[in-house]
Amino acid sequence: MVTSSSQTMQRLDSQFPIKAEVRSLDFYYGQSQVLNDINLAIPDRQITALMGPSGCGKTTLLRCFNRMHDLYPNNRYRGEILLDQRHNILSPTIDPIEVRMRIGMVFQKPNPFPKSVYENVAYGLRVQGRTQRSDLDEKVEAALKSAALWHEVKDRLKEPAFNLSGGQQQRLCIARALVTNPDLVLFDEPTSALDPMSTAHIEELMRQLKAQVTILIVTHSLQQAARFSDYAAFMYLGKLVEFQKTTKLFAEPQDPLTQSYLSGSVG
Amino acid sequence: MLAAKFSDLITPQLGHQLHQRKLLNLGFMVMGLVAIMVALFTLAALIIHMAMSGWPRLSTWEFFTAFASRRPERAGILAAWVGSLLVISVTAIVAVPIGVAAGIYLEEYARKNWLSELIEINVTNLAGVPSIIYGLLALGVFVYEFKFGRSVLTAGCTLALLILPIVIVTTRESLRSIPQMIREAAYAVGATQWQVIWHHVLPYSIGGILTGTIIGLSRAIGETSSLITIGALTFIAFLPESPFQGKPPFVSWEWLNSPFTVMPIQMFNWVSRPNPEFQVNAAAAGTVLMTMTLLMNGFAIYLRYRLRQGIKW
Ligand SMILES: Nc1ncnc2c1ncn2[C@@H]1O[C@H](COP(=O)(O)OP(=O)(O)OP(=O)(O)O)[C@@H](O)[C@H]1O
Ligand SMILES: [Mg+2]
Repeated sequence: MVTSSSQTMQRLDSQFPIKAEVRSLDFYYGQSQVLNDINLAIPDRQITALMGPSGCGKTTLLRCFNRMHDLYPNNRYRGEILLDQRHNILSPTIDPIEVRMRIGMVFQKPNPFPKSVYENVAYGLRVQGRTQRSDLDEKVEAALKSAALWHEVKDRLKEPAFNLSGGQQQRLCIARALVTNPDLVLFDEPTSALDPMSTAHIEELMRQLKAQVTILIVTHSLQQAARFSDYAAFMYLGKLVEFQKTTKLFAEPQDPLTQSYLSGSVG
Repeated sequence: MLAAKFSDLITPQLGHQLHQRKLLNLGFMVMGLVAIMVALFTLAALIIHMAMSGWPRLSTWEFFTAFASRRPERAGILAAWVGSLLVISVTAIVAVPIGVAAGIYLEEYARKNWLSELIEINVTNLAGVPSIIYGLLALGVFVYEFKFGRSVLTAGCTLALLILPIVIVTTRESLRSIPQMIREAAYAVGATQWQVIWHHVLPYSIGGILTGTIIGLSRAIGETSSLITIGALTFIAFLPESPFQGKPPFVSWEWLNSPFTVMPIQMFNWVSRPNPEFQVNAAAAGTVLMTMTLLMNGFAIYLRYRLRQGIKW
């Protein structure tokens, strides 16, 4: 049985306020449809994991949330993503830049700018035209602390970001995403390029982060999803198959597709 | 003994075939080496021969501080090198902003359709147009239409046209080499397209852009035919007015309207004289011109190396 998404949303609604709600979302790269009628309600200040076999559309879905697809021609959305139950962030009347100031993103490969550690984090404020030094200093420090990086870099703020290790670079990218105080942060397989130690570090960091921000994360690793997500969605061929509390999804998956994926025979 | 056993593992047939393959490899290596040697040796021989023929004049300071003269032993390249410097400055000031802006527009803003395809093909073709054609165009447009006269300004603009395609193409290539990941990282925190270009794409690709520009300029500095077409003087015994003045407003633009000559034209002029002593002058001027070009190219290589440091993807 494919869990009806509206039912799911009803049930989740009663437990946590909903931060963002995807409603009948279709997505096309040119002529090819990659997302098919996605319905998903993302609970506030929880970690929601997107799982599924390679090519099922996880990244595509994630990038709808900050309108990254708008950067390329011929990409088309249909449907809505409601932020705080009010604003449809896919609406053509909403400026994608405003959306991106409220919804941060961390990419698969650490991608710091070839600038100093400080400037990397401050960039999100600089683009908004904020230049007051004390203001920037304060926000940069807070973001680096949230990203559990402050103690490692507080004496190296002027150094090039490339001097940091891979795991530190990824946490720097997290700080860069946090500095504007976003409502929601999107992570696309943030640890897949990292060693197990750095991965553990970042997972621990996310557990702490969820006190202040809603997290939506794509992950390839079932163990990772099981370890730290609160809710988990399973996608298959552009459709959302099942969306549940993580413990429940892993303990008693409803859909046969989910069952076989979790047991390792699909994907 | 062990070795003998090891090659026993390979059948004689395979062994023979391996021998042939290695021979072919060696053959190509030798051919490539010879080709490179021929090219390098010819160039080196030309330069050394020229420098040696010109040495009697090069070794005198007056060669650089004297105007052209009917008497070969008193003739110098002052007007020519000052002229080259001024013309190249105008070329750089005109070609760089226009070329870089056009490159940015084509690469970052223009939608990809048949029109931009057409423009792209045309820009590439422009790089192959013979320079004398640019000279004719400039004669019609700058000299007769805009009434710039046969001046430094006209020459600078003509050479700017000439190198514009080079600047545009290298700008586009440099911009294209910036990974999409970096752009997306900037967009993801709410940057506008202009901010992404101005804060990231341009600073990270400036090395490549400058390199291409300097190589274009070093081509312009040796350019002769288009400047003869627009009417550069071959004999000139005064300098344009200095751009910097002792009294307010301290800068003067008179030099832009001044008649001029440039290094390659001076050289051409001397080469065409029957008096063999002028050939020495020509060789000396050629050596100076060659040095200018090599210095500019060397500077381009240095810049590329310097500006790429600390940037890796
Ligand atoms: N820019 C694009 N243009 C056209 N098709 C695309 C584009 N990007 C992705 N696709 C296609 O869309 C589908 C979904 O891709 P997506 O990257 O969202 O998958 P994914 O679930 O993130 O996979 P993975 O786990 O391998 O990262 C794939 O079939 C892919 O080939
Ligand atoms: Mg993906």
